[in-house]
Amino acid sequence: MLLIHCPYCEEDRSELEFRWAGEAHVVRPENIAAISDEEFAEFFFLRNNEKGLTYERWRHIHGCGRFFNAARDTVSDRFLVTYKAGLPKQPVPVAEKFAAIAEEKSVETWEQTEGDAR
Amino acid sequence: MRKYSVFAIAREAMRAHKGWEAQWTSPEPRSSYDVIIVGAGGHGLGAAYYLAKEHGITNIAVIEKGWLGGGNTGRNTTIIRSNYLYEESMDIYEHSLKLWEGLSQDLNYNVMYSPRGVMMLSHNIHDQQSFKRHINANRLYGIDNEWLTPEQAKAFVPVLDISKTARYPINGAALQRRGGTARHDAVAWGFARAAADRGVHIIQNCEVTGIRRGPGGEVQGVETSKGFIGAKKIGVSAAGHSSVVMEMADVRVPLASNPLQALVSEPMKPIFPCVVMSNTVHAYISQSDKGELVIGAGTDQYNSYSQTGGLQIITHTLDAICELFPMFRRVKMMRQWGGITDNTPDRSPIQGVTPVPGLFVNCGWGTGGFKATPGSANLFAHLIARGEPHKLAAGLTLDRFRTGRLIDEAAAAAVAH
Repeated sequence: MLLIHCPYCEEDRSELEFRWAGEAHVVRPENIAAISDEEFAEFFFLRNNEKGLTYERWRHIHGCGRFFNAARDTVSDRFLVTYKAGLPKQPVPVAEKFAAIAEEKSVETWEQTEGDAR
Repeated sequence: MRKYSVFAIAREAMRAHKGWEAQWTSPEPRSSYDVIIVGAGGHGLGAAYYLAKEHGITNIAVIEKGWLGGGNTGRNTTIIRSNYLYEESMDIYEHSLKLWEGLSQDLNYNVMYSPRGVMMLSHNIHDQQSFKRHINANRLYGIDNEWLTPEQAKAFVPVLDISKTARYPINGAALQRRGGTARHDAVAWGFARAAADRGVHIIQNCEVTGIRRGPGGEVQGVETSKGFIGAKKIGVSAAGHSSVVMEMADVRVPLASNPLQALVSEPMKPIFPCVVMSNTVHAYISQSDKGELVIGAGTDQYNSYSQTGGLQIITHTLDAICELFPMFRRVKMMRQWGGITDNTPDRSPIQGVTPVPGLFVNCGWGTGGFKATPGSANLFAHLIARGEPHKLAAGLTLDRFRTGRLIDEAAAAAVAH
């Protein structure tokens, strides 16, 4: 279970209090009636699904109820930073970012992922 | 390759089992192939097998970054059924179920397909209406599925509690008798052995890091951790990593990768005759031939590639199992693991051509891809060989998200994810 820092409550709380709310910083097109089917499909269905650093929205649904944004590493599931909705993408600590990228590049072997269970 | 048979067992018994040959080889990659398949899971190995068997293409490499069958093929709960609601889904899953029925003979490898029945429990009037709609749709389409009263359900699964005072009362059940389970590792190994026998190269521990494209945008091959390997056609069948691989060719696919967990108990004497699922309370359970109870949990809510999931997800499922089958309360759980499922917005798979010439994709099987293994592989092979989808898979295109012809399949997961 994840431990998530709510930037409004300024507390680390268990994941049970939160609801994941999809990719962050997706901008709804202003002229939605005029855009092509390709553009609509991209806006509506296509998400980044990054392996590594991702920006996503969470909602503290069983707490303050507010939406906020987070940067997380999807390989280790570690949160790098959480910040209030409306703020631009926040930079993540450089060392963390490199660790995320390094992990992404490594080749998975049986020993790495399951060897310790022997 | 020598055939497996009762005579082979007798022969080897005479010479202390020293004559068995390796089931597949691990060759060094050639400089180029006619077809490269990315991902040596059941779907990828199966596609290579059917390309060789039915389409006469044998210059194939299946490239796998980890070990063969080590992803979702080896991590699922091995449920097989075809009781889906829409024709597009029924087409492909029923095609698959028919292939399951003859797969062990076809591969000369015992995949232990066991049509022991898949029962879905109904707890309320909504379940009842929904299941009957599915049953009627299935029967009109020639797929077996039947409605059972609580008493009939109990006759089929004696350990069911159908009393009115149960925590989750049962008011009926849907049963697909041809549904069941198979041995997941044997499926990967069987396809690998049969494909390798026909000349397919299986290259493990080799990660695809890029897709090289020519001046016209067409594929030329893949960059890997073992260097560049040329290919005329590339089929991507990389499950949870499909969007990562497709990104290498600048193709975005509408996938979300989520962890999905499963767990098994200590082995017990045979006690559970079929697969039982309850969508309403999120429980599904079967007993493997080794005697372990095999239990599937739900997906985590967030995107992740961690191959682990939250403990609260497992707890939720076990709560439901213990209420439905109180006799399992003191059973010890032995192992728990996670896989990364690739989920589409309409929970139906994507199999089809892509905007990149020579690049084909088979992904989005989400939380229920194991049952589709032979069918999906068979139709994916057709797609790669002919360059256009088989009519049974014609609705599964990537383009449906532009046209809006979604296959909004509520039965895609027998339990809600």
